[in-house]
Formats: sequence, C-alpha cells, structure tokens
Amino acid sequence: MFYRTAGQFKTSYKADQALFPVRQDAILLMVILAFAWVVFPLTASEFTFQTLLIPVLIYALAAMGLNILTGFAGQLSLGTAAFMGVGAYACYKLITIFPWMNPIVAIMLSGIFSAGIGVAFGIPSLRIKGFYLAIATLAAQFFLVWLFEKWAWLYNYNASGAIQVPNIEMAGVWISGPQASSITQYYVVLAVVTIMTILCINLTRGTLGRTWKATRDMDIAAELIGINLMKSKLTAFAISSYIVGVSGALFVFMWRGAAEPNLFDIQLSFRVLFIAIIGGLGSIMGNYLGAILIVGLPVVLNIVPSALGIPISSATVEHLNIMIVGALIIFFLIIEPHGLNQLWRLIREKLTIWPFPH
Amino acid sequence: MKDTEGYVTEDGRQIGGVLMEMQNITLRFGGVVAINDISFDIREGEIRAIIGPNGAGKSSMLNIISGFYTPSEGQLIYKGSPRPQMKPYEVARMGVARTFQNIALFEGMTVLDNVMTGRLTHMKSGILSQAVWWGKARDEELANREVVEKVIDFLEIQNIRKTPVGRLPYGLKKRVELARALAAEPSLLLLDEPMAGMNVEEKEDMSRFILDVNDEFGTTIALIEHDMGVVMDLSDRVVVMDYGKKIGDGTPDEVRNNQDVIDAYLGVAH
Repeated sequence: MFYRTAGQFKTSYKADQALFPVRQDAILLMVILAFAWVVFPLTASEFTFQTLLIPVLIYALAAMGLNILTGFAGQLSLGTAAFMGVGAYACYKLITIFPWMNPIVAIMLSGIFSAGIGVAFGIPSLRIKGFYLAIATLAAQFFLVWLFEKWAWLYNYNASGAIQVPNIEMAGVWISGPQASSITQYYVVLAVVTIMTILCINLTRGTLGRTWKATRDMDIAAELIGINLMKSKLTAFAISSYIVGVSGALFVFMWRGAAEPNLFDIQLSFRVLFIAIIGGLGSIMGNYLGAILIVGLPVVLNIVPSALGIPISSATVEHLNIMIVGALIIFFLIIEPHGLNQLWRLIREKLTIWPFPH
Repeated sequence: MKDTEGYVTEDGRQIGGVLMEMQNITLRFGGVVAINDISFDIREGEIRAIIGPNGAGKSSMLNIISGFYTPSEGQLIYKGSPRPQMKPYEVARMGVARTFQNIALFEGMTVLDNVMTGRLTHMKSGILSQAVWWGKARDEELANREVVEKVIDFLEIQNIRKTPVGRLPYGLKKRVELARALAAEPSLLLLDEPMAGMNVEEKEDMSRFILDVNDEFGTTIALIEHDMGVVMDLSDRVVVMDYGKKIGDGTPDEVRNNQDVIDAYLGVAH
C-alpha cells in the first residue's frame, strides 16, 4: 500500500538509471540519512557511540570492501583483517612521519598501501579459484600479521609493540587520540563511510561492476565477450583492499585508539566475512544490515537480561552471545542464502503488489 | 589471393568479399588431431554453417575463430591481414561475438545487465569517472543503453528486461544470449548450436531472428547446428566436417548431393 510503484513512469533512460528509481526508496534513504547525521548524534550516549554507532559503520565499510571482492568479483578472500592492518599501520606511519598531515588525508592515503599489497596477493587469483584462492589469501593473513609483529619500524620501535594513536587536531578540534570526543569521531567516520558507499554503489552499477559480476558468474564467457580477466580481478583486489585499508585506519584511529598486531588476526577476517555473508554477498546495503546484526546483537544480549532483572553472569552472557550469533548465522544461511539484503528485496517485491498479489 | 567479388545468393542478396579465411588449420590435443588441415572462408554478409556428426571438430573450429584455442598449424586471415595469436578478449574487441552451446549467461545479473555486458568492448570511461557517475561515464552508460534497448526491442524481450537471468526458461535464455552477442555490434557473429534443445516453435522464432539479424544489420554469421532442416533453409553456404576433415563445402544443394557427405551422415559399408 505504501510501497507501490504504479504511476511512477520513466520517460528517459536517465530516469530509469537513477540511483533510486522508486520514489519510496529515496524517501526511506533520506530518513535513514537524517537519523544518521542528526538524530543519532543528538541523542546518543558515549556508550552508544562506542559500542554501536562507530563500530557498525566501520565494520560495514570493511565488509563492503570484502563484498566488492567476494560478492561482486567472486574472489574468495580470508585476508581482510590483514589488509585492514596494512591500512592502520600505514596510517600510523604517515601520521608519525608527517605530523603536519591532515588526518583524514592520511586515512584516505593509507588505503593506497593496502591496495598495493592487495594487488600483490591478488596475483594468484589469475591462476587459482575458489577455495584454493582462499588459502592463498590466508597466507597473506598470516604473513602480514607476522610482519606487523616482527618489523619494529612499523610501530616506531616502541617497547609495547603496539601502535598508539596520538592526539591529532584538525581545525581546532581533537579528532583522534584520547582527547577526541566520540561525536567528532562519529562524524568523521560517517562522512568517510557515506562518501565511500556512494562511490561503491556507482562502481558496482556501472561498467566496472558488470565486468566484475561477469567474471564472478562465468569467467570463460566473460573473457570471450571481451573482458580482460586479469584486469577485472586485479581492479577488484585493488579497490576492495583500498576500502578495507581505509576501514582499518578508521578502525584504529577513530575507534580503538590503539592496536596490537593480533588485533588483525583471522578472527577479525571471519567477523567481516560473516557480516558480508549474512548481509548478502553482492550487495551494498547488506553490509550495513549484517554489521548491525553482528555488532548490535551482543550489545542487545548484554542489556536485555539486566533490563529484565534476570541475574546472569557476564561470562554466561558471553557464551550465550556466541551460541546465538552462531545459530543465527546458520538460520539465515538456510532461510536465505543470499543474505538479509535478499530478504529486504523480497519484501519490497511483495509490497509492490500488496495486497493483491495476482 | 584477395577476392572481393562476392556472389549473389538464391534469394538475391549480394554477398561481399572475404571477411575471414581459415588457411590449413590444424589443431592437435597431444596426439589427437581434432582438426586436420581445414581451409574455408567466410564472406561478408553471408550465413555460413558448419555441420558434421558429433565429434567432427565443429566446436573446436568455432573456438579457434573466437580465440579460445590457438591452432597448432595454419593461420587465420581476418579483414585482409593475418591474425596474430591473441587472447579471447582481444579477439572479441576486434568484432567477433559468439553464443555458446551450453548457455553461458551471467546468472546473477538481470537481462538488461547481461546485454549491457555485450557493450563492454565499446565502453572506455575511467574508474574515477564511473565512481562519481558523472561526465563521461554517465553519458557512455546512457548512449550504450540506447543501443542495448534497440537490441532488446529487436529480439522482443522487453518484458523481461529487469528479470534476473537465472529465473528465465531455456528458450528465452538462448535469446538473451543472442542479444548479448548482438549488443557488441559484431562484424562476425558465431552461433554454437543456437537451436539445441528447443521445440519447433522456439526454433522457428530463433531462425527468424537469425535471418532478421543478417538482413537488418548485415551481420556475417557463422553457425553450428545439428538440425539439418534449419541449416539448409538458413545458410548460404555450408562446410561439412567429419573426423576433423573437411568433406564438403558449398551451397546447401551442392552439399546435399555430395556423396562424401551422404556417406558421413548415413554411414557406408566398408
């Protein structure tokens, strides 16, 4: 009833190819953006910023990077955390070597290092596919984390072996380090993530996106209709790793404040992969849905028992959390292998013709 | 060598000069000789069929033309000059498009996107321009969409434009595949068993489209097909292969009366 597309006619291909050809979608997006940019920052507490808002955005960005590679270009990767690490360490080095550098510029530049390393580890994809490629990217995961630990230059030879985010000022406001307030950091993250999302949507619906999807769906046919597979796969690795690298830099500079090498271990890779799979491979919005679920669920599970007055120890909550998240992953994969995004798409399809399905 | 005279078909169409010429093509897989010293040509504007019993090497021949296999011996002359060894995507960029025996569409994409992939060889905007969806990338997208829509209209698949290909029935998938190949505006269109597995009605539709494509766009078509009725009706000239060798070449009537061809199809007492 509220989601009816009848009467919305397109008179040009330009209108048909608009970002939101359905008016209701555009309205919904406006509402979401209004919440993200105005309502949440005004109402959120320190706790909400730190446990929900900022991590959801950062994880969604990381998953979006992975999704470009795995969901759109069909190249399975288990090295996401390592590439996030490259972004984070690159950003740290940039900021310590060039202290005058604008931190946002540094974050954006750090993705380039990650992209370079991503391409290097993506070269095996020209020869191997599927699970075998996943193993090759696993090598990246272990090698890079080892490198973060052993190469002392990366963390400026400090005794702890960890990187500590310094206080950085921009236009008179502390935007990273212990001095920075959550709301500033939230806005920085939100701005970066919003811009990256728009760019990603454009890339995936245009020529490059079709090249990637063709490579994913049937590589032999793709090559025979004129797609250079090497270029297609390596651009996917480059762009994916760039986004993942930026998310890694945000992860440390705008959220964690410090990082040890084992922060970027395979656990984090799997976490990002789960978000991408649960959200829906081959979608952009799915990454947000997945991130909300994976990041939000533990928080909700923590709050609900105490709010209801049920005495549960925090250790039990932790166990429950793991069990429920695990069960949900299986549940969603059975109910809808294409993820939350596909559920949303089905709902929209049904709503368009509701209440007269025939 | 160069022959630009052409000929006039029975129904009065003027066929042009040689578009592609196969010269003494041999293809070996290890010790197996899949194609043995075959030469023939494809002329501009004609419908050229390659027929033969199963395992005769027809599909291998098509794969050589589309660059998927490299011939062990012999060479291809394309548009007057020898074609060097190149990758399939480079061949596609030179104006050779094809469909596949087993449908090879991109299942996760809509019909429109699938057909749009056929235009990729014509799209040149950079990554940055695409990312901001402004300027060259957007203009290019719109211009190519127009071409694609013409093809979609032509093949009468407007109503399934936005349907994911995975949901379509077999006959329509074949048609979408043809649309994707046509969208590239090829100089040479290769069809690998365009009518395999279709019922009579679908075959009629497909035959009509093939003739229309040839008629309307003047596209040169080389096709492999098992349905003799279709082949004899559609094609201007036919190459017959058997066990990797060429045993006949000529108009459908000539081929039909060729003793070697009859032997190959009906079998012969040894």
